[in-house]
Amino acid sequence: MKLETHAWPATYGDRAQPRMGFFTDTSVCIGCKACEVACKEWNQIPMSIKGFTGNSYDNTVALGANTWRHVAFVEQTLAADAREGESLVAVAERQAAIDAGVHTYQEGDGLRWLMASDVCKHCTDAACLEVCPTGALFRTEYGTVVVQQDVCNGCGYCVTACPFGVLDQRKDDGRVWKCTLCYDRLKDDQQPACAQACPTNSIQFGELSQLRERAEHRLAALQDAGQRKAQLYLADEQDGVGGAGAFFLLLDEPEVYGLPPDPVDPVRDLSSTWGAAAVATVALGAGLLAAVFGGRR
Amino acid sequence: MTNRRRLIAPVLRQLAGDPLGLGRAAQSVRSEELTPRTSTADRVVQSVCPYCAVGCGQKVYVKDEQVVQIEGDPDSPISRGRLCPKGAASEKLVNSPMRETKVRYRRPGGTDWEELSLEQATDMIAERMLRTRRDTWEEENEDGQPLKRTLGINFLGGATLDSEENYLIKKLFTALGALSIENQARI
Amino acid sequence: MGSNMAEQHPVGFQWVIEAKERGAKVIHVDPRFTRTSAMADLHVQIRAGSDIAFLGGIVNYIFDRDAWFKEYVQHYTNAPVVINPEFQDAEDIGGFFSGWDPETGAYDIESWGYDESSPEAAAGKAEQQTDVSGEQAHGAHGIKLSGGDPPHVDNSMQHERCVLQILRRHFARYTPELVSELCGCSQEDFLKVAQALCENSGRERTSAIAYAVGWTQHTVGVQNIRTAAIVQLLLGNIGRPGGGILALRGHANIQGSTDIPTLYNILPGYIPMPHPQSGASLEKFIALNGPTTGAWGNLRHYIVSLLKAWWGDAATSENDYCFQYLPRIDGDHSHYAMMLKMLDGGVRGMFCVGQNPAVGSANSKLMRLALAKLEWLVVRDFQPTESGLFWKDSPEHETGEVRAQDIQTEVFFLPAAAHTEKDGNFTNTQRLLQWHHKACDPPGDARSELHWIYHLGRAIRSKLADSEDPRDRPLLDLTWDYPLQGPHGEPDAAAVLQEISGMSADGSFLSSYDELKGDGSTRAGSWIHCGIYKDGVNQSARKRPGQEQNWIAHEWGWSWPKDVRILYNRASADPEGNPWSERKRYVWWDAQDGKWTSLGDSPDFPATKAPDFEPPDDAKALEAISGDKPFIILADGRGWLFAPTGLVDGPLPTHYEPQESPFTNPVYRQQHNPTRQTFSRAENPYHPRGGEQGAEVFPYVLTTYRLTEHHTAGGMSRIVPYLAELQPEFFCEVSPQLAAERGLEHGGWATIVTARQAIEARVLVTERIKPLQIQGRPMHLVGVPYHWGGVGIVTGDSGNELLPLALDNNVHISEYKAATCDIRPGRRPRGPARLELVEQYKQRAGVKT
Repeated sequence: MKLETHAWPATYGDRAQPRMGFFTDTSVCIGCKACEVACKEWNQIPMSIKGFTGNSYDNTVALGANTWRHVAFVEQTLAADAREGESLVAVAERQAAIDAGVHTYQEGDGLRWLMASDVCKHCTDAACLEVCPTGALFRTEYGTVVVQQDVCNGCGYCVTACPFGVLDQRKDDGRVWKCTLCYDRLKDDQQPACAQACPTNSIQFGELSQLRERAEHRLAALQDAGQRKAQLYLADEQDGVGGAGAFFLLLDEPEVYGLPPDPVDPVRDLSSTWGAAAVATVALGAGLLAAVFGGRR
Repeated sequence: MTNRRRLIAPVLRQLAGDPLGLGRAAQSVRSEELTPRTSTADRVVQSVCPYCAVGCGQKVYVKDEQVVQIEGDPDSPISRGRLCPKGAASEKLVNSPMRETKVRYRRPGGTDWEELSLEQATDMIAERMLRTRRDTWEEENEDGQPLKRTLGINFLGGATLDSEENYLIKKLFTALGALSIENQARI
Repeated sequence: MGSNMAEQHPVGFQWVIEAKERGAKVIHVDPRFTRTSAMADLHVQIRAGSDIAFLGGIVNYIFDRDAWFKEYVQHYTNAPVVINPEFQDAEDIGGFFSGWDPETGAYDIESWGYDESSPEAAAGKAEQQTDVSGEQAHGAHGIKLSGGDPPHVDNSMQHERCVLQILRRHFARYTPELVSELCGCSQEDFLKVAQALCENSGRERTSAIAYAVGWTQHTVGVQNIRTAAIVQLLLGNIGRPGGGILALRGHANIQGSTDIPTLYNILPGYIPMPHPQSGASLEKFIALNGPTTGAWGNLRHYIVSLLKAWWGDAATSENDYCFQYLPRIDGDHSHYAMMLKMLDGGVRGMFCVGQNPAVGSANSKLMRLALAKLEWLVVRDFQPTESGLFWKDSPEHETGEVRAQDIQTEVFFLPAAAHTEKDGNFTNTQRLLQWHHKACDPPGDARSELHWIYHLGRAIRSKLADSEDPRDRPLLDLTWDYPLQGPHGEPDAAAVLQEISGMSADGSFLSSYDELKGDGSTRAGSWIHCGIYKDGVNQSARKRPGQEQNWIAHEWGWSWPKDVRILYNRASADPEGNPWSERKRYVWWDAQDGKWTSLGDSPDFPATKAPDFEPPDDAKALEAISGDKPFIILADGRGWLFAPTGLVDGPLPTHYEPQESPFTNPVYRQQHNPTRQTFSRAENPYHPRGGEQGAEVFPYVLTTYRLTEHHTAGGMSRIVPYLAELQPEFFCEVSPQLAAERGLEHGGWATIVTARQAIEARVLVTERIKPLQIQGRPMHLVGVPYHWGGVGIVTGDSGNELLPLALDNNVHISEYKAATCDIRPGRRPRGPARLELVEQYKQRAGVKT
């Protein structure tokens, strides 16, 4: 199992810690959003009310500068003759379902409600980190990827580089904010706030190697129980980001949850070559300039 | 100045084994010195979540006499350290921007609040209770059986009051003969 | 059933998830597909207000398949008890039980009694009032039985008038066909549930039923729970690990608020408040309210100890321990009755302490109109709530019905302390008291309720210090002296807890209610809490980490009574005292030591009473309970499948339609619970009942509920930024079919109309809300989370505006879970037009105003 990244553990020598991560088991997520709130509480994130979205019970919309954990709600209807893209109302009208027979909404014959807590993936091949010109983004001794608020100048390169759309600039601030995997808490042997809060242990924090092992067992159990589409997401080092520090057990295809099916680190082709170093050096140079001359707001 | 200081260390570290500047070399001094506010708190107090009746354990962190963090108490056999969104938001309940901390008074027919001291409010309320009690007292019923009560005062309590508080409320109001003492538990 | 546990008790739900991972089957029976349904193995959707029919169907299934737990039922329940020959079942007389008096609108419960019991059998009957709660009306605490034994018992359970046979006949009608027709679920789904419950009950296995306000908030609320009790007693699922009927309560101390009540009809520990009929005599009160056998046989010990705690040295045997100081109840003085009295000008002053009737109570407009009739109002909360601001800002201001300058109510707002700013106890949903420690002082003028009530009491007492009016003696004689702490003079909550727990005359701490005396030598504020300060230690503050203990975690907190974690746990052993099975071992008789022992819980059965103990005929109180009768609170120690006393609406549950229902009752010609409490007046209009002309104007079923992201009427969540953003706007949930029928646009606005109010909500069209076929036509549900109001970071109309007051007369709880409404696209009218819209609807429906 490949866990090594460009910077971890090599650059830390004796100070390197085991690579830590999240295993988010969406099969036991009850959609309570404790993770969203616990994260905001710990990281003192500004409130941002987006209003009623109508998107099931999701009113925080997506991961962003002010939402570092985000719970997706997917109401799946398996109506036999539903057409792609058709609204529920339209289906009902067409079926004249008012007079239709009575069915229960059990999985397989009607409806299921999937919930999944999304987060920064802390990729093994992390594009954000690789393109960051200031050194604001760095890989920690835990193998996680963190934006340093005292360094970030808000250039936004990382925002476009991230294949998941995780990185985001805060409007009134300009800087980029995202999940730090509670870097500060880790230093004090505490769990990240979201994992600590999660009522059903859907969010599990721990050493990545152990989490992957646990996830394999859980996947096998679910598949045995007939969850045919159950799958691990970002637990494979062969994928486009080299696997991730935060990976998921999904009950359906990633697209269903709004996750990219085949995420790719856009600067990956350059990796393991001098190219990566060149990108990084340029980035560091830009960072020097930005830091020295750009100043801080 | 601080920028330069922050920058120098990574550069040195880069030379020391992080040629791409992605790891330790990029770590700022702030990042290196980061400590969670749970470890810098003056004290931590064991509490219980004020929302639903599961009774999740909470650890309340206090710094400079302010609550700075509330999170689950892993020792609790009820909750094992976990909290729901409401429990996880308790710090923002305690420190809510909408929390009013001053006594307010509205006189009959008034169109806005006025200020009042707590002592004055307590005295005025006591006076009104006794007046209402006197004016609405029922000593006995038509059959001469005792009533010894007033129905002129109504109490409606929320279910987030402590048992010790409810006990004294029931005790005092019963001694007053104020009978209609009710609670969310009925609602 | 009646619970949405994953959403309302997410952290408690971790145990359900864990059980599921270990192979437990999770079934959710509910009118909606919720986040709980999403996690369940099976979700069965039923019509709101049809729970008794569904559970009654399970009872019938249990008999049909002979699946009841015979040894448990025979020994531990009143199944073998023969009932009065005069008893007639609702099945026999068209939906009424025997004893119905149409003139008073109440039952004479005489014929519900045990056979051959004397006419005085039903304790408390002399105090019966038609509008008084069950526990007053009929002495819920039991019946008077000589020696704790029902006079006529047929252990073969073949006697045609024995409870088992009555039960069998009563529920025979609730076939899978009826369940399907009435509840709207398929027979197959119903049978899956019944089968799963039966298969998972017995010696080796137990099943639990969790409920919440989805059951209580009906005009048949108590009987909903009674039906579950019958199912669980028949299956042997009470008093055993993994079994039970679990009331999932919604507030941190709502359990504690009934145990140590701020309720009009009970004193601490569920001691009834006296009626005028007791006169000034404590003896008469005890005779009218307490059975002589079972735990309530010591009522005298409990109330004398309470009176001594309150009036100290002034309470003497000569003056009946100041019993005459207690005010008397002679009717319904509960919340809604009092709000109606207030509306009529009969209440002068009110305290809203952490409670917000202007949005939190049904028919909220009526609540606000009533508040405007007060002379004075005191609101204690974190911020001036809708109730604190009713004079300034309300829907009636918007419609022009009221103006601030016309409202003569004087309003005091007192800021409250948060839970982190005071010491005290919350009692969780398992009766577990957990002490929360103060972290810091409250800000500004904010104070705890303990501080407030204590200093208010001091102010009142000082104003009366010179009074010689005998009416003021109860206040002046009151024990009201607690140590004060800190800069604000905060009373010591632990000292209050000590008083609750109790002490003997020499000042030593009592360890359990067994030690209480009726001669004035002990003091205890709440008999069920006696021992919570045992050995001078605050037992509720014990916090030995769970990971250091077994799963019972007996050294964390303290639960009443006697720190018992599973009530009636003697039932976890068989009649001989052996565990029913190794797998379900919990409490058992240790013959060698001659005592009950357990895995780590306190047995709640008398510790050394052998399983074969037979009480003498003249035995009293707990001594009168046989060694094989676990339900020690009841006079006969048996679980009551049939309730001879205690309920105003029947000894058995049976289906009645909600006060507002689009359908007629398919079971009886009697449409509603005949004893339900209604208040017909202009401010509280009801819709026509199903089948009546005008009912079609309000064709949809309305149900209200909560979301994980908010708390009740929102007073503690709309002011919290991170919660406000999760559910920022009031919305309703409707099916795609209803959206199509009414032209509702997903994400748009809808106006929901009842005869009480018109409100607007954003529309969430979802297949999670599904039309059901009932009586050959579709039933549509409009789902309304009720968290919003006019104050907060996020605001919106309040769902409670829509509801009428229609109460279960056992407990005076209103029917929030099932009513009728109409829904139409678009926002509601502004200003007076809003009133006109409601008026048009009322006229069309023929609603009298």
